[in-house]
Amino acid sequence: MAAVPFERIDADAPKLAPANAILTVDDIVKRFETPDGVLTAIDHVSLSVAPGEFVGVIGPSGCGKSTLFNVIGGLLDGYDGTVKVAGERVRGPHPAIGMIFQEESTFPWRNVLDNVAFPLEIAGMPRAERYDRARHFVKLVGLDGFERRYPAELSGGMRQRVSMARTLAAQPKILLMDEPFASLDEQTRLLLGDKVLQIQQQLKQTTLLITHNITEAVQLSDRVVVMTYRPGKVKRMVEINLPRPRSSEIVSSEAFGRYVAQIWSDLREEASRGLDDEESRKLHEGEKR
Amino acid sequence: MTAAAALAKNRYVPAALGLGSFVAFIALVELLIRVGVINRFIVPMPSDIIAAFPRVIVEEHVLQRFLLTAGEALSASILVTIFGVAGGVLLYRYHLLRLATETWVAAVAAAPLVLMYPLYLVIFGRSALTIVMMGFTAGLAPIMLKTLEGLLATRRVLINVGRSFNLTPSQQFWKILFPAALPTIFVGLRLGLIFALINIVGVEFLINFGGLGQLINELAERYDLAGTYAAICFVILVSICVFILMERLERWLRPVD
Repeated sequence: MAAVPFERIDADAPKLAPANAILTVDDIVKRFETPDGVLTAIDHVSLSVAPGEFVGVIGPSGCGKSTLFNVIGGLLDGYDGTVKVAGERVRGPHPAIGMIFQEESTFPWRNVLDNVAFPLEIAGMPRAERYDRARHFVKLVGLDGFERRYPAELSGGMRQRVSMARTLAAQPKILLMDEPFASLDEQTRLLLGDKVLQIQQQLKQTTLLITHNITEAVQLSDRVVVMTYRPGKVKRMVEINLPRPRSSEIVSSEAFGRYVAQIWSDLREEASRGLDDEESRKLHEGEKR
Repeated sequence: MTAAAALAKNRYVPAALGLGSFVAFIALVELLIRVGVINRFIVPMPSDIIAAFPRVIVEEHVLQRFLLTAGEALSASILVTIFGVAGGVLLYRYHLLRLATETWVAAVAAAPLVLMYPLYLVIFGRSALTIVMMGFTAGLAPIMLKTLEGLLATRRVLINVGRSFNLTPSQQFWKILFPAALPTIFVGLRLGLIFALINIVGVEFLINFGGLGQLINELAERYDLAGTYAAICFVILVSICVFILMERLERWLRPVD
């Protein structure tokens, strides 16, 4: 594979705010009251995503990634700044945004088909039509043949695919994923990454992926937003100029390795700060006791 | 696979083993009574109890009594399910109400409520209603507490899934909270119904109104030990019927755990 030039761009670079953005996150600040005072989880974070684009947000633990996920998904309020979908301000869960959560989130009392048909049932779609559509999405995530199985009968990776199919069945304009493969082993994670790439390319699905895994971010994204440790700010945006369609085989390429190394060089300092902070907090807690 | 594991997979072996163990236990009791290890004036021989069944059924009108006790148990079960689950939902929904009353409800669950039967006699009269209300009162608190526990234990991520799909509060309850809490609610129902049934038979026994409780009292006073134990078997039958109904209901509402 030919060497791909590495492009590293500062957060405020104008070319990274696409004019036709479908999702715009503008100057978000979210603070939490804690027993130790006010904690700023995310601090003046702005980013935008163009239709069909796959953007990864990466940062160390404690950088406010999940807070950002909840703010964009409308699950968290009481923040400064705005989130807009196609120009419309988001003030709560928005039908154009579909969310895939980090934790296992299938309904254990529903079989695969009923899980996937859930949003269609809520939308009042007739039974036959919603099952037809649910079957389509079950097939899309590669679970055909498992329609009547319950989540307890599936592996962790299969359950995450059920969650993905359920969210996709609602046909959201923007797919928002919060470390969906965090609990899976590395091999399953790579293979599911392939599945996500395949689906994203097939549906031209606009996607925002929150992750702490550099390999995953580079493998899947068109752009990676690197965040600082607490308070979470955008440290850098990195364009991933790897050819598409991609598969997990790309992780062995030289260009891929360079992207990983560059992002790690940005993240390393933040991760170290996070680790130091964690250790001093533990020490402080120990002294208090 | 070990031989025990293979046997456990067989459809009939576990049931046959359970039945066989029960029959072996009865045979052992019979033997111990016959050889004098157990006093036959305290525990009747199982063969005498079996022989007493036709007499209890025909002479003591056990079918009518069984239907009366079963009817009271069913009525109390329906009441206690409706009000217990609704009470648990209210405690979940209104935080202040929960803080104000949860300790009281827990105290009621542990209290010997059967002692309140004279008060209920004054309020409801010497009737089946008193017995049903005693059963209802005894079963209410555990069901409320378990319903609350089940709702509180619903995983946050499932609630967030509902929120992300813009569910109304009613959809959020019926599509997510209630099915998620069902296994714990049914633990509460089983507990509550045991409490209710104990109180129903106990109050029948105490107020001499009718049903199997009164029959047990009468047979015990006549020192008809075999008949008393035969009547107790019918109480167990009521319990089995209620629990089979409960299990069917749970399977229907939530086909998988």
